[in-house]
Amino acid sequence: MTTASRPTTPEPSDGRPADREPILQVRDLVKHFPLTQGIVFKRQVGAVQAVDGVSFDLFPGETLGIVGESGCGKSTVAKLLMNLEEPTSGEILYRGEDITKLSGRALKAVRRNIQMVFQDPYTSLNPRMTVGDIIGEPYEIHPEVAPKGDRRKRVQELLDVVGLNPEYINRYPHQFSGGQRQRIGIARGLALRPEVIVADEPVSALDVSVQAQVVNLMERLQDEFNLSYMFIAHDLSIVRHISDRVGVMYLGKIVEVGADAEIYEHPTHPYTQALLSAVPVPDPEARQYRERIILSGDVPSPANPPSGCRFRTRCWKARERCVVEEPLLAVPEAFRGTGGPAAHDSACHFAEEKPVVPRER
Amino acid sequence: MATSVELSTEEGGTYSGPLLDVRNLHVEFRTREGVARAVNGVEYSVDAGETLAVLGESGSGKSVTAQAIMGILDSPPGFVTQGKIIFQGRDLLTLGGEERRKVRGARMAMIFQDALSSLNPVLNVGEQLGEMFTVHRGMSRKEARARAVELMERVRIPAAKERIRSYPHQFSGGMRQRVMIAMAMALEPELIIADEPTTALDVTVQAQVMDLLAELQREYNMGLILITHDLGVVADVADKIAVMYAGRIVETSPVHDIYRAPAHPYTKGLLDSIPRLDQKGQELYAIKGLPPNLLHIPSGCAFHPRCPRARDVCRTDDPPLYRVSQHRASACHFWKETLGDDSVPSDDT
Repeated sequence: MTTASRPTTPEPSDGRPADREPILQVRDLVKHFPLTQGIVFKRQVGAVQAVDGVSFDLFPGETLGIVGESGCGKSTVAKLLMNLEEPTSGEILYRGEDITKLSGRALKAVRRNIQMVFQDPYTSLNPRMTVGDIIGEPYEIHPEVAPKGDRRKRVQELLDVVGLNPEYINRYPHQFSGGQRQRIGIARGLALRPEVIVADEPVSALDVSVQAQVVNLMERLQDEFNLSYMFIAHDLSIVRHISDRVGVMYLGKIVEVGADAEIYEHPTHPYTQALLSAVPVPDPEARQYRERIILSGDVPSPANPPSGCRFRTRCWKARERCVVEEPLLAVPEAFRGTGGPAAHDSACHFAEEKPVVPRER
Repeated sequence: MATSVELSTEEGGTYSGPLLDVRNLHVEFRTREGVARAVNGVEYSVDAGETLAVLGESGSGKSVTAQAIMGILDSPPGFVTQGKIIFQGRDLLTLGGEERRKVRGARMAMIFQDALSSLNPVLNVGEQLGEMFTVHRGMSRKEARARAVELMERVRIPAAKERIRSYPHQFSGGMRQRVMIAMAMALEPELIIADEPTTALDVTVQAQVMDLLAELQREYNMGLILITHDLGVVADVADKIAVMYAGRIVETSPVHDIYRAPAHPYTKGLLDSIPRLDQKGQELYAIKGLPPNLLHIPSGCAFHPRCPRARDVCRTDDPPLYRVSQHRASACHFWKETLGDDSVPSDDT
């Protein structure tokens, strides 16, 4: 995507000051996983284009939600941000410094400031370690944050912050419920006082009543520690609840990005519209007047994405132009200069506004 | 259990009750740690062509009830200790193994959440679908194969003739779930139990699968029990709802009423705790505490430790299912107050 010449995020309508420096800038990020054939002599026969030209900014204290269906590349973006995968190309600038080029001590210093919370609270905690050891482990790697004698106290404080009894410090993960484990995962993420937390589906494994508790906790912590969240999820209602801005991904690309109201109330990309219209709304009255866009078929393989616009194979608006010309992520011409809520980035040649979310009650 | 004989109809006799009527069902799991009372007196019924949504969180007993109805409960450790499961006038719990097997698959079928682990990975889908016809209907393999192709076309799997030789792992999640639906539909059962059928699917695929299920249900006038935790899916398709908590039904209601005014604090808490798509709300309402351990269900009303309305009576007396209106019931001593009050209760515990 070649939108680097202009800022990828237009002036948001949520009143965020424009002069703030982004804490994280992602530019044209690409990650291709090679597909090989042969056992001894491996030949590359293709590539899974998991992430293919993604750009966005993350500002201090804000939450950027990323939504998309399985296989759209949202978790790969998370791994790239954490430097757990090496990008094929592109830049990730943390306070102006490209972290993809760092190594050794410099990388370690940056990593302290970007931490992750994982989806599955059952497999992301080591069952043989006590809660105290799990939350305190980051201090082993970054001893400068908390001197040895101080650690136990720090861990107990963290337990208290996430709403767990500090006396549980010597317990093991299996003694906790799913929601409590996710709190432990969050406490571990907070241990180094990071500025950015990348949360990949942090509440999708939890029951509804517990989900609300964890979401509220994350919001409280954000205010308390001025955290920036990159909140990745497939549940569009939760993403709206927690996010200031939302990016919609499809097959390795961001197809639409904007402030939460711009995306949810004034979506202009057909994929966003289909996605939003398909969300079951907890209101039986909405059955009569809601219009659902049922997409046909499945998401194409990222190893062999369609030419031009990647969504065209499932799009009801697709025309010849969509086959040959890839739409860029920018404010669509029709809305340029209008200043209205529809004037946000959308990668569609035929972008038009279509409200699809039924009003409840 | 032998007392249910008077409910049986003679062959050809007409039975006018509901398609399925579950009465006072109790299921317990005898484990080394003790007896887990997973289902404690569940009652619900489904008519032909009707969709009942059973709503609950993990451990509420919603899936165990379904397994007991289907007769696929792991036993031991699970045992049905009390109750009746009356299907088309006959109490299934009094039937022998062979008779029960004839009901299962042919008259009632189940769709599971995880199609990949519910389908046999070493048989192609044609063989698995065809098995329904060779085993239950005694067809030849060739006939069965032809029927399998028809079925796959019914559930709109493209290129069914070619796809029939594919193995489950070669299908996408949505297509796999269609294969599951095809298998459940094979013998045109009167009742389908779908246990979280779309939980593992993406929203756009979920919409396709729910649409298909609704269409097939209409066409064959089937009863459908939809087990789910998703209040959105329920609002989309259900006719009536049974909300479960700690192995009991805490509220039953036609779908419209329950969303408008829940009559049980647990239902109300659930509805208040889901974020909404159409607006960016303030802080979410969260039900405090955790679902109970089934080995130690709280005394009185099982929900009382988490309930904003709980008073002394809730700690001692297990509330019966009070009748709220003709079609509604709530297992809360204070259902009237819950119904009337739409704000967060200020009642201190």
